[in-house]
Amino acid sequence: MKKLDYPFSHEAVRELKVGDMVLISGKIFTGRDAVHKRLHDGVKPPVDLNNQIIYHCGPVILQDKKTKEYKVTAAGPTTSIREEPYQADVMKDYGIVGVIGKGGMGPKTLQGCKDYGCVYFHAIGGAAQVLAEKINSVDAVYWQDLGSPEAIWELSVTDFPVVVTMDAHGNSLHAKVQASSEAELKKALE
Amino acid sequence: MAVKKKSAIKKTAKKAAKKTVKKVTKKPVKTTAPKKNIKKTAPKAKKAVAKAVNTQKSLEVSLIELIKQTSAVLPDDVQKVILEALEREEKNTTAEYAMNIIKANIELAKKKSQPLCQDTGTILFYIDHPVNFDQNKFTAQIKKAVVKATELGYLRQNSVDSLTGENSGMNVGPGHPSIHYHQHNKKTVEVKLMLKGGGCENVGAQYSLPETRMEAGRDLNGVRKVILDAVHKAQGKGCGPGVLGICIGGDRGAGYIESKEQLLRKLDDKNSIPELALLEQEIVETSNKLGIGPMGFGGKTTLLGCKIGVLNRLPASFFVSISYMCWAFRRQGVELGSNNQIKKWLY
Repeated sequence: MKKLDYPFSHEAVRELKVGDMVLISGKIFTGRDAVHKRLHDGVKPPVDLNNQIIYHCGPVILQDKKTKEYKVTAAGPTTSIREEPYQADVMKDYGIVGVIGKGGMGPKTLQGCKDYGCVYFHAIGGAAQVLAEKINSVDAVYWQDLGSPEAIWELSVTDFPVVVTMDAHGNSLHAKVQASSEAELKKALE
Repeated sequence: MAVKKKSAIKKTAKKAAKKTVKKVTKKPVKTTAPKKNIKKTAPKAKKAVAKAVNTQKSLEVSLIELIKQTSAVLPDDVQKVILEALEREEKNTTAEYAMNIIKANIELAKKKSQPLCQDTGTILFYIDHPVNFDQNKFTAQIKKAVVKATELGYLRQNSVDSLTGENSGMNVGPGHPSIHYHQHNKKTVEVKLMLKGGGCENVGAQYSLPETRMEAGRDLNGVRKVILDAVHKAQGKGCGPGVLGICIGGDRGAGYIESKEQLLRKLDDKNSIPELALLEQEIVETSNKLGIGPMGFGGKTTLLGCKIGVLNRLPASFFVSISYMCWAFRRQGVELGSNNQIKKWLY
């Protein structure tokens, strides 16, 4: 088990390899479809994303009526492949060091990881309760005009469990499993 | 678990009973009839009104309890195969790691009585009812319960207008919730509920045989080929390890409906058609040899189960419809008593 602690850096994520099980501690920012589209359209981000991690997640967040504090009640990853058209450019333009999501991403993002020193972290799909427990606090929210699930939520996490499935060296676990399972499928259909 | 459920039901039932008592006692005050008159005619009418209000209220309570349990607690048959899958994976692999987190998530959601997964999915109700059953009334009650369960956070605001993109925030709208009625010859009412997330729904597939690319003909071998193709195409994207519900035959619409109804079968049951029983078993074994594994990380368990049904087809068509259910296989069911209280849990 490896650890990745805040502040993150391109040097630190370049050390990570496909198959590494990693516990992330520090700040992460949620961002899904609408955020990626807006960033890709060239809108300046409301917060400096340099050396930060984006989490593909539309959390369920409740606000305490009295204290106005936010609390995350469920926060599993959403399917990442929808950001495939934008992700590599977001890596290039805003200097992020990685993304967390589920289901993996395609060749364009893999190339982006290699070119800009980024990593794709796979969280466990459906594990909304375990992952919400790793979030200590909601520190800020930006672009709330996009609606709660689509806004950028700044979260503090401790030991957030992920697996590196695409690294900064051009390796993808998804491409590997796709190919090996295809070979097995051919055998099964003979 | 069963004990816990019972006490929870009793509590909510008690609360409901208290509320209805209040309501009923208030009602006569609202009427404009002279007091004398009420005293004379009230007992019978009052009893009937009280009974109707009572059974209606307890139906709402029962349905909300069903939604809550379905969203937070995996049925025993699913938990069993998940634990078996965890045992099978090699130690210190990403597959074992994924299965361990899944196990922890199942326990935590149950303990906190909160949604297992934030995507509480398509809300699919299946109701088996006797002759002379009022479906319109029941549908209205289901919608009411769904709205309430959404407000209580058992369901995510998950229903979007396909044209405007607007989220109703209530999980009610054209096609939502999805309600399926079946009339049976028994006197009981059975309500089953399945919550099916978007990730796994997206990897479902329908094939039309013959399929030339795979050389899949119009026979069981052809059926087998396209099912395995669908498993391979899904990789880990449907939040595997998953369960397949499959229908051979039917038209396109009936095929998909039947494929989902196959998921209502208990995982440890046996298909009454011997060829299909064999095929179900073989699909699971072969899929698990593909090495896709939990979340598509690679590993020994790609499928937790496979259920196949069959419908007649037209001479010109031969569809194979496949629904993929994620590991967070949320399904429950209840048998209602004569007063609409939960009499028995079905899974």
